[in-house]
Amino acid sequence: MPTPPTTVDPVRFFLERFGLSHNQLENTVASAIARRADYADLYFEFRTLQSLSLEDGIVKSAGQHVAQGAGVRVVAGDKTGYAHSDDVSIESLQLATRTAQAIAQQSSDPRSVAVRPMVAAHDLYTLARSPFDIRLADKVDLLNRIDIAARRHDSRIKNVMASVAVEEKYIVIVGSTGFIIGDVQPLVRLNVTCIAEENGQRQQGTYGGGGRVEFEFLLQEDRWLRYTRTAADHALRNLKAVDAPAGSMTVVLGPGWPGVLLHEAVGHGLEGDFNRKQISAFSGLIGKQVASELVSVVDDGTMPNRRGSLNVDDEGTPTSRTVLIEKGILRGYLQDRMNGRLSGMPLTGNGRRESFAHMPMPRMTNTFMLAGESTHDDIIRSVDRGLYAAYFGGGQVDITSGKFVFSASEAYLIEGGKLTRPVKGATLIGSGPEALKRVSMVGNDLELDEGIGTCGKDGQSVPVGVGMPTVRIDGMTVGGTQAS
Amino acid sequence: MGLDMQLEDVAQQLLAAAKSAGATAADVVVAEGDSLETGVRLGEIEKLKQSRQKHLGLRVFVGDRSAVTSSSDFSAAAIRQLAVDTCELAKVIAADPFGGLPEASDLAQSVPDLDLYDPAVAEFTAEAAIELAKEAEAAALGADPRITNSEGAECGASTSRVLYASSLGFLGSYRDSGVSLSTVPIASENGSMQRDYWYTAQRRLSALEAPGDVGRKAAARALRRLNGKQVKTCAVPVVFDPDVAASLIRHLAGAVSGYSLYKGSSFLIGKLGQRIAPEFVTIFDDGTLVGRLGSKPFDAEGLATRRNVVVEKGVLKSYLFDTYSARKLNSRSTGNAARSVGSPPMVSTTNFILEAGTSTPQEIIASVRDGLYVTELIGMGVNGTTGDYSRGAVGLWIENGQLAYPVEEITIAGNLLEMYQRLEMIGNDLDYRHSVCAPTLKIAKMTVAGS
Repeated sequence: MPTPPTTVDPVRFFLERFGLSHNQLENTVASAIARRADYADLYFEFRTLQSLSLEDGIVKSAGQHVAQGAGVRVVAGDKTGYAHSDDVSIESLQLATRTAQAIAQQSSDPRSVAVRPMVAAHDLYTLARSPFDIRLADKVDLLNRIDIAARRHDSRIKNVMASVAVEEKYIVIVGSTGFIIGDVQPLVRLNVTCIAEENGQRQQGTYGGGGRVEFEFLLQEDRWLRYTRTAADHALRNLKAVDAPAGSMTVVLGPGWPGVLLHEAVGHGLEGDFNRKQISAFSGLIGKQVASELVSVVDDGTMPNRRGSLNVDDEGTPTSRTVLIEKGILRGYLQDRMNGRLSGMPLTGNGRRESFAHMPMPRMTNTFMLAGESTHDDIIRSVDRGLYAAYFGGGQVDITSGKFVFSASEAYLIEGGKLTRPVKGATLIGSGPEALKRVSMVGNDLELDEGIGTCGKDGQSVPVGVGMPTVRIDGMTVGGTQAS
Repeated sequence: MGLDMQLEDVAQQLLAAAKSAGATAADVVVAEGDSLETGVRLGEIEKLKQSRQKHLGLRVFVGDRSAVTSSSDFSAAAIRQLAVDTCELAKVIAADPFGGLPEASDLAQSVPDLDLYDPAVAEFTAEAAIELAKEAEAAALGADPRITNSEGAECGASTSRVLYASSLGFLGSYRDSGVSLSTVPIASENGSMQRDYWYTAQRRLSALEAPGDVGRKAAARALRRLNGKQVKTCAVPVVFDPDVAASLIRHLAGAVSGYSLYKGSSFLIGKLGQRIAPEFVTIFDDGTLVGRLGSKPFDAEGLATRRNVVVEKGVLKSYLFDTYSARKLNSRSTGNAARSVGSPPMVSTTNFILEAGTSTPQEIIASVRDGLYVTELIGMGVNGTTGDYSRGAVGLWIENGQLAYPVEEITIAGNLLEMYQRLEMIGNDLDYRHSVCAPTLKIAKMTVAGS
């Protein structure tokens, strides 16, 4: 298999694989800033992805994909030129550099750049064993066990779809400020979908987990079994679900994955590009109250082995823990180099890109709300009539109007302080700058999601994490069909 | 033609290498493309991006076992290694008797020229693209003093060449092109902001909407959203503008895909031959339309594309299949195989169209005494297994047959099967601005959730 060796330094890996010298990289990045550009970088990527999937009781497909390439970026003011190629050679780099430079001035001012190796500030996901070193037969075996376990869990489970995907990404970034840095980024993900059937009714449930972890992570503590049973239970519970209510009501969000609320309600609105351009509903609100004082939100790219974590971002900046909201007050934005420089704000290590074929932009890493004081049970008990949303499909936000939605895939009615009937999935809609002001209780049970989140922005997908304790919001619009 | 020969060589080498590595059958997709993206904001260049990419995908069968791999390394050594690795991968997979290439007799006999490639797009320069983007954005910014900011305008172009070859002896290729222009103005008033957009996308450069029109439409759309409010929760008629109406039939396309059907994750299982919509509803999929965005001469398994009537006068007439999903359900491929280079084939629509009706959009709005006109939907609240539907909506409230005021922070909910059955009027305003298109649609009643 064309897998990269796991112990090799990524910088040496690229130089050897593509026959490039340190000197050539220095000259290329120097010529990239020659037209009085503010900044330039080279980004090299080699990514291997392997996936296996099961359906109808057999592991029926397998894939292995290798993508490699390089991108050259030139930044001048708020202009960015970018060119990329999957042919990595000094000739193609020079051609890409000339293309990317077109946004800068015509006059040239030759400079030289001395590039020094930079060491990453963190070591968050060095693995004892690469997920590619696990025998394919072991991965096939795991998927077969999932199928058996799901069907054994309940005879109403009629079909199981499961997939395991492992990825290893080597990157190297050469910056015109004079650094070269590399990283090896592993990623493992297991997804399970169960279809339950009863009396001609069908329902689907999906669950999964992973992270920048070894393959064994899925087996430890019987995680795979818990994911499987949770997916099956989602499907089974939905067989009994009643129509969701419609209208404004008190909503309690469960811990963990419902943190997708923060991602949509405030996370995107705090990305530096939208705020520099003054097109976010949160523009100009630093220091202002944007949430209840029970609410503190951070973005933390430095959590070991998390799906959203990175040693350095895709511009070579070390990732960090950034306080976004502290006791309800807006404290900071998420920045990449260009937006941080143009706004005079500190870099936060949030410049990310999907691949060498994409320009970096400010993105979240792991975004979550800090724990409060209430217990989960007290929060549920405090609600006379409302909705408890335990799990979500996904969400979306209009950063300009601040309106966001997210879709509950597991929800219950709260009646007289107790969870009563499961209700069908419904979309919840709110306004980012308003919703968090209505948070009236925050649980002491902070959880992070299991490691399956992918965030899309401007056509680029990146892995992210979300998290939250149990939270009570007084007054959100629930989009069911049952008007009361 | 030199380039074509190169891709053909690569494909033949891969097929030969797969055979010597033990494959009993194989197919190859090779794609190569150039793209240009430009962006301007507030009259200045903001982004210029150019790329050239090539990729190949190999699928092998070792008896009834299969694997798919992809790579961007076209060297002879890499090709040999890829073939060996792919066969090794296939050997760990379970035998699947439904797998395999299509029947040789089903393969396309010729590759029709569907006018998918415009040489003017290949010649289109960054300077010209930037000019169009500047013009569109300027028209939006100049449309009204309340247009105070802009997310910018983008203009891009791409050309690609796709080649498919299989061990059945099929080898075909085609070129296509695409060009697009869009702008996103921001309107503000009374301290609150609204954005909206307009876009035009075509295969031919000369068919793009004029940049001034793109800008003015985008501005009008953003302006009409200003000062939106919530409405009280209610059940009312809902009218969908053509772009959001297209999303309703996109959900139908998902439910008629052979994969959703055999997996048990479609709300249209067992509905073939049944009435699922009123008699005035006809929906077809047609990959043979000349010059359209979803057209292609053959599908990702080498079968000729065709016109499939999916819903005829309200009756569900056909599902959409590729070879695998058809075999699972004891049916035949409808020529709807699609494949990204690194994946096995899937079912995809080509041009998926709800036929135009006779009412003008004005007549449809005028028919509503109290109801909602939807211009944007957000969120993913659609359950393909049950058809349950709940999405965030933005639009205008209709009072006594007139668009009265903007509404936001509301949801609309129902069940797709019921929604199709409750279709009441169809507009005469069908165009082909996308590969999935519908005219203005009116649904007799849905739940609107608000305050």
